[in-house]
Amino acid sequence: MAKKPLVEVNEEYEQLYGFKMPERYVFKARQGLDHGIVKEISGMKGEPEWMTKFRLRALDHFLKKPMPAWADTELLGQIQFDAIYYYLKPTEKKSENWDEVPEEIKRTFDRLGIPEAERKFLAGVSAQYESESVYHSMREDLQKQGVIFLDMDSGLKQYPDIVKQYFGTIIPPADNKFAALNSAVWSGGSFIYVPKGVHVELPLQAYFRINAEKMGQFERTLIITDEGASVHYIEGCTAPTYSSESLHSAVVELVAKKESKLRYTTIQNWSKNIYNLVTKRSVAYEGATVQWLDGNLGSKLTMKFPGVYLMERGAHGEVLSVAFAGQGQHQDAGAKMIHAAPDTSSVITSKSISKGGGRSSYRGLVKVYRGAERSKSTVRCDALLLDPDSRSDTYPTMEIDEQKVSIGHEASVSKIGEEQLFYLMSRGLTEQEAMTMVVNGFIEPFVKELPLEYAVELNRLVQLEMEGAVG
Amino acid sequence: MSEPLLAIENLHVTVEGKEILKGLSLTLRAGEVHAIMGPNGSGKSTLSFCLMGHPKYVITQGRMRYEGRDIGTLPPDARAKAGVFLAFQYPTAIPGVTIANFLRTALKSVRGGEVSVKEFRQLVKTQMKTIGIPDAFMNRYVNDGFSGGEKKRLEILQLAVLQPRLAVLDETDSGLDIDALKVVAAGINALRSAERGILLITHYQRMLNYITPDHVHVMVDGAIVKSGGSELALELERQGYAGFRPAVAPAA
Repeated sequence: MAKKPLVEVNEEYEQLYGFKMPERYVFKARQGLDHGIVKEISGMKGEPEWMTKFRLRALDHFLKKPMPAWADTELLGQIQFDAIYYYLKPTEKKSENWDEVPEEIKRTFDRLGIPEAERKFLAGVSAQYESESVYHSMREDLQKQGVIFLDMDSGLKQYPDIVKQYFGTIIPPADNKFAALNSAVWSGGSFIYVPKGVHVELPLQAYFRINAEKMGQFERTLIITDEGASVHYIEGCTAPTYSSESLHSAVVELVAKKESKLRYTTIQNWSKNIYNLVTKRSVAYEGATVQWLDGNLGSKLTMKFPGVYLMERGAHGEVLSVAFAGQGQHQDAGAKMIHAAPDTSSVITSKSISKGGGRSSYRGLVKVYRGAERSKSTVRCDALLLDPDSRSDTYPTMEIDEQKVSIGHEASVSKIGEEQLFYLMSRGLTEQEAMTMVVNGFIEPFVKELPLEYAVELNRLVQLEMEGAVG
Repeated sequence: MSEPLLAIENLHVTVEGKEILKGLSLTLRAGEVHAIMGPNGSGKSTLSFCLMGHPKYVITQGRMRYEGRDIGTLPPDARAKAGVFLAFQYPTAIPGVTIANFLRTALKSVRGGEVSVKEFRQLVKTQMKTIGIPDAFMNRYVNDGFSGGEKKRLEILQLAVLQPRLAVLDETDSGLDIDALKVVAAGINALRSAERGILLITHYQRMLNYITPDHVHVMVDGAIVKSGGSELALELERQGYAGFRPAVAPAA
């Protein structure tokens, strides 16, 4: 099968997501990174001293730490850290009304459908443009119930005690090179606290948009569900396509207290010049459930391994992820489940699709500590290769220090079946339509977990990715 | 006489370099039901795949015309759109794709236009009732974890919904118990019409107890060695295939 050039896919991406607006800022840090820039960011934000120190220590870790040797060192080695702009403040103030948001930024989010989604089915929205949140709102009834949903900077200002108690405790700056980088230059992201027993029925959504070239976006998110509470948080992200690379490196920390439920959904759709190097981790206490739903489309290299530390009896963790790797892309994704208490359970379901020479990897860790009796873990990885040039690797690690456990691991790699295509084509579908249908079926276990609107969007994104799959 | 619906002339087909069909000819007119009977390995399934355009099957000689047009080089979807349908002997599972989604997409494709949800529902509901398929079927994934009988019923449902002009049924009777066979046969009989041609490919005579063909052909070693009326099937049932020699004798 002859392949159409990838550029046609990008053209479509360009129209829908990859469009550019003129760069605008009230402040832009100079290129590159050093202690001076970190101090400048912290100073502009008017942060407490502990945070400035936290940032500076983190920068030292970043500068000291080598690149992870186990990762895709070839692509990581191409990152030009000195060429990146680490902080760009687009506006003077954050708005709670879309009409107050500067015109080109508002137009961007309009095109991405954010205000419309907010009206239709969201409980709250945060929109980040470059380094700062530019729009923020939440339904009044939730505010009355004591739910906090702010951008991280405002969270630090308004709730310094809660932030200080948790910030960097689940992912310390020294955890890895990119967590250190984020800790040094973080800006924006979400801060959410759901009080005891409060159920946020509709999702809260944050949207992260990079517009400028050679931009670094480093949002920082902290979500706490108190006892018996529940929330569903959704993040989306896109960027224009540039010939130069941009860097997105987030840190996300989740705390699910006793009997609470926390679901974190990502529909990532970065342009293909973005390095997406993200650290996501959660702790789940007694009887709590944390679910990561992770849809990874786009980007040049994604490294993301959401984790759940199951700290107390009965805690449950899930990671359900889908990755789509096209030409020139590497989706290096996976999950970590740490069983540190008895009667804990975890489920990892990873689905990857590789096409046009793209590469996807599953990298996972299941660890069961001694004493975590009756722990259960199920890992299932399915990879679908759409052509012989594409690649899929599985790197599962199991560290089981307890005898009384039940651990299952299944992995499959399949090529898109000639018989499946023939069957569908015999019913009138073109080869392209048949392939798309098989791929959509393959990711159905993921899609059916999403709210309807996101399921529709994800299917559309997959359709976009599939264009040009058949010559 | 008018143009035959299907005219196969001296068809030679190879699969992965091996010749399976060796000069097969067959003429089928609209309104007729033909049965092709033959032992295992005679090339029956090759014929059905070749008619539908499976990429593995290569025509090396001869041709097949559908409505007067040579379809030998058309991809399967173009043949489906032109009105050709194959009920598979071993239908493929498409995990994650619901029958509702699959059937509606297929119907839109062969019709070449939108099909409203309402029309689709009505159409499918009626047909499902006839074929004895429960409503809950629509939300199951295509052939995924289906029993042999369920798969065959789904093939007949597709046939009934898509309403092709030429239906090729490859061993649709195999793996069915007698009750299922009756239901499936009734479904096929309901589709007999003056505009439609049906080609039944089968190993055994038993389906022909419920569907009476206009013509029966015996296929041995890639070619048709004898043709006759429906009585030929009964003759086969009595005598078996042993009495039939390949059409092409080895070169002397």
